[in-house]
Amino acid sequence: MDYTPSELMTVAAARLLRDGTVCFVGIGLPSAACNLARLTHAPRITLIYESGTIGARPAVLPLSIGDGELCLTALTTVSVPEIFRYWLQGGRVDVGFLGAAQIDRYANLNSTVVGPYDRPKVRLPGSGGAPEMAAHCGEIFIVMPQSRRGFVEHLDFVTTLGHGEGGAGRRGLGFASKGPTRVITDLCVMEPDAATRELTVTSLHPGVTADRVREATGWPVRFADEVAETPPPTADELHVLRDLLRRTAEAHGTGPGEG
Amino acid sequence: MGVICSLPDAIAAAVHDGDVVAMEGFTHLIPFAAAHEVIRQGRRDLTLVRMTPDVIYDQLVGAGCAAKLVFSWGGNPGVGSLHRVRDAVEHGWPRPLAIEEYTHAALANAYEAGASNLPFAVYRGAPAGLAQVNPHFRTVTCPFTAEALTAVPAVRPDVAIIHAQKADRDGNVMLEGIIGVQKQAVLAARRAVATVEEIVERFDGAHPNACVLPHWTLTAVAAVPGGAFPSYALGYYPRNNAFYVAWDTISREREPFLAWIDEHVMRAGPEAFAARAGRAG
Repeated sequence: MDYTPSELMTVAAARLLRDGTVCFVGIGLPSAACNLARLTHAPRITLIYESGTIGARPAVLPLSIGDGELCLTALTTVSVPEIFRYWLQGGRVDVGFLGAAQIDRYANLNSTVVGPYDRPKVRLPGSGGAPEMAAHCGEIFIVMPQSRRGFVEHLDFVTTLGHGEGGAGRRGLGFASKGPTRVITDLCVMEPDAATRELTVTSLHPGVTADRVREATGWPVRFADEVAETPPPTADELHVLRDLLRRTAEAHGTGPGEG
Repeated sequence: MGVICSLPDAIAAAVHDGDVVAMEGFTHLIPFAAAHEVIRQGRRDLTLVRMTPDVIYDQLVGAGCAAKLVFSWGGNPGVGSLHRVRDAVEHGWPRPLAIEEYTHAALANAYEAGASNLPFAVYRGAPAGLAQVNPHFRTVTCPFTAEALTAVPAVRPDVAIIHAQKADRDGNVMLEGIIGVQKQAVLAARRAVATVEEIVERFDGAHPNACVLPHWTLTAVAAVPGGAFPSYALGYYPRNNAFYVAWDTISREREPFLAWIDEHVMRAGPEAFAARAGRAG
């Protein structure tokens, strides 16, 4: 069955979520992946959105982080201070799913500015819930399309700390959580090296060459000794994903976005 | 306290030039009608606090009401940038706008500290790069365990403004659905205004744990059906996603924006919101 690189990215991200996981969901691509997991292999997954909805089961993907659909399908809805204090800071969340505009080799993320903070070339939305998600979720999965604009040598601004300067840098900051453990792109899957914490390509998507990944990465990207091939999406995964995106487009008159 | 009155009277009583104003509502129940009244009354030099400044603060900033913006995520959700906020920050139009930027966890904690009558919030923060550009991120040491924890000043607005589904005859206000940080904002503020979809006799059948703000926590309550348009009021009307998309075009250049404000804010009143939201009124 034919599929697009974007569909494979979403499917590969969804597969990382085990059934029963408690997952804090960013909007956009992460939301698509998390709901695909819920509608396929992980029906008992708990999805938490920062608007306070716990156990949301949306029939269509939310356009904003606080859509009524999330609240109406949730097990319960709590206040925003409660979601950040009791549930996220309280250590109740297994996995956080994030996207960003820029990432570096240690999986630090920028969603604040491109260019200087005082005179930005591009002003992005800012932190939102991402920095504390990365601090308090048991581990972080990052999903974003791969390009030199996004995968950069130096971040213009560190919005969200991944593995800092590498090595044990993250633990020095006092967080017991693992931080980013996977980066899923439309070309490959990366994981931090066990010692240096530098992102390393561990799986290439079908038909993608190592050179193509190098061209789309702003630093000399490392590859694992044995690079796997990402299994393609199954017919069932594609069917469920396309159905979800179609329902979403019909409901909103547009696709899901940031926010 | 808790006086039921018209929206113009409510805003005139509660909002003054130079105030710190928090208009809250996390995607849901955003108090647009009240913001338009603030624009019509020509308030100036406001410090606007809000976790997610979106279209509502783009309108206030573009209309020249604000001197400073305090926030943790700024954008038009699902659409893109806030063009009026960017124009103010980058070009000083219609006047310069200072920004003070936090994370969601920081601001949510800061509101809760304000409601709790504490001078600062303490939490396990990860401000990363923001700590270099916002000196209000500080570190405190736990007196019991010696752990280093993040501190930010409490948010104590002069006035909080919210929109809710219902008030009763006494001016008690009830919110349902995604309740965001509104209760904390009201209780952190010196004065508070609530607009509501409708005023009912009593909250018959309400859940015993319903989110209710007693009338004596509010300065004024005004019935404005549709007052959260283009955001939504659960149980009354859905979010108007098309308006958020249209705002990108309306707000991109100064002249169309000013024409829009003139037509839909300056030459209109709170009664226009019922029809905009598709409510009978």
